[in-house]
Amino acid sequence: MKKDKLIAVLLAATALTTLSVQPVLAQAQEDSQKQIERYRELLADGNPAELVEARGETLWKQKRGPKNASLEACDLGLGAGKVAGVNAVLPRYFPDVDRVMDLESRIIYCEITLQGFTMDELTKRPHSLNPSERQTDHEALTVYVVGQSRGAKVNLSQSHPKERESYLRGEKMFFFKGGPYDFACATCHGVDGQRIRLQDLPNFQKADNAQRAFTTWPAYRVSQGAVRTMQWRLLDCFRQQRMPEMVFLSPASIDLITYMGVKGKDGIMDAPAIKR
Amino acid sequence: MKLKYFSQSVAAVALILTVAGCATMQPGPSAVDNSREVEALARRFPSPFDPKLVSDDAVADAMRVSFKNSESAKLDRLTQTPLQKACTEASRSGKPLDDNLRSELQAAALASVKYPSDGKYFGDWKRGETIAQNGRGLQFSDKVGDVAGGNCYACHQIDKKEIAYGNIGPSLTGYGKLRGQTEPIVKYTWARIWNSHSFNACANMPRFGDAGILTEAQIKDVMALLLDPASPVNQ
Repeated sequence: MKKDKLIAVLLAATALTTLSVQPVLAQAQEDSQKQIERYRELLADGNPAELVEARGETLWKQKRGPKNASLEACDLGLGAGKVAGVNAVLPRYFPDVDRVMDLESRIIYCEITLQGFTMDELTKRPHSLNPSERQTDHEALTVYVVGQSRGAKVNLSQSHPKERESYLRGEKMFFFKGGPYDFACATCHGVDGQRIRLQDLPNFQKADNAQRAFTTWPAYRVSQGAVRTMQWRLLDCFRQQRMPEMVFLSPASIDLITYMGVKGKDGIMDAPAIKR
Repeated sequence: MKLKYFSQSVAAVALILTVAGCATMQPGPSAVDNSREVEALARRFPSPFDPKLVSDDAVADAMRVSFKNSESAKLDRLTQTPLQKACTEASRSGKPLDDNLRSELQAAALASVKYPSDGKYFGDWKRGETIAQNGRGLQFSDKVGDVAGGNCYACHQIDKKEIAYGNIGPSLTGYGKLRGQTEPIVKYTWARIWNSHSFNACANMPRFGDAGILTEAQIKDVMALLLDPASPVNQ
């Protein structure tokens, strides 16, 4: 990536942060909308996630773990060793484990089976949480694999009963109202044109909205200076929903990602994206 | 594809039943441990779609193992109240609540409202603005006992100088100027903040008083932000 592009992105990010944190200037809504559009255009020009992607590729091909093996033989759903396009068909049913897995579960499964890592060490701290912290290996690997699906058309299989069940449970979870705030996913993501503060919220009942949401995660979060995965996205939604802390790779997370993926059918993968 | 799948599954079920049947009919030390083969078969020919696996109970089970209990956000948050259950069903099916049920839920919500003990409804609008800006409180990442905010700007336009406002709820700019400070308006506004389900059973707005999100004193400050003629909301 070109340095000047990065600088432009960072400048734009600073400008927007100032805009939203210190709203002293009474600006017309139109002006702010224009500024947001401009900021988004600048963002699209250069994405720091590419650096993490490159590190992920090295990690993917590197011999690691007690078994001193690379992940190149990993079957992510399109056959052993195939990485291109997999995020457009995941989550899906895997006969070797007799269940539906999302991309992040499957990468960890391969690290366990091929490289000999333990579940505990891989799931202890999957997300980098401090802004100064280096992105985790899990984040880098996920972003690399997802990047190999750019341009692929989303098409999750629903032919296996477990895939269908996962979708239907995910749908129920999407509408599940609970907790002290009485929020469901649907509270914010079930109506057209809704915003939290300045953030547009995709309506998952609309194909184009669901496609855009599903195809742009993982993403580089400018406000956090870090790449965030889909598992993190759900964890953070549940945090704001005031639900308890979501377990990484939990059944609910996989069912919800299946739901989103099926709703996002025919979207064109464009991740890792860059977001505010 | 589906048909082929189905016949495979039927065959598998028949096989598993036979194997299981033999095992129960011929118990004893000589019985062969075939659980591995049964498992392998079940894996090869997974059972056909089972509606029980997508029932509300199955969803509740899946959710129970998908979240961590912590002091700041306990697992009991996954247990739905009758209102949460009814409103979940209504939004999922797209069918509005039955009229009787809705009146019942709204009456119960209104009965939960505690009006200020000292009869004073208004605090300080400046503190109210800080509360409206603050999005913290009751998250698993928050500490127990930390002061929560109302996060009103997440969903409402309030002071028009704040341009970073959401639109899930209606604009509240000019709230007091438009409505005045008559007793019915004051009491309605208090009840709406305390338990918004009093007027709309499945309202999106949290129950700021009833759920213990904001204190009585904080709600007074938010009331002032909305209704005080000196508040920037009413300029």
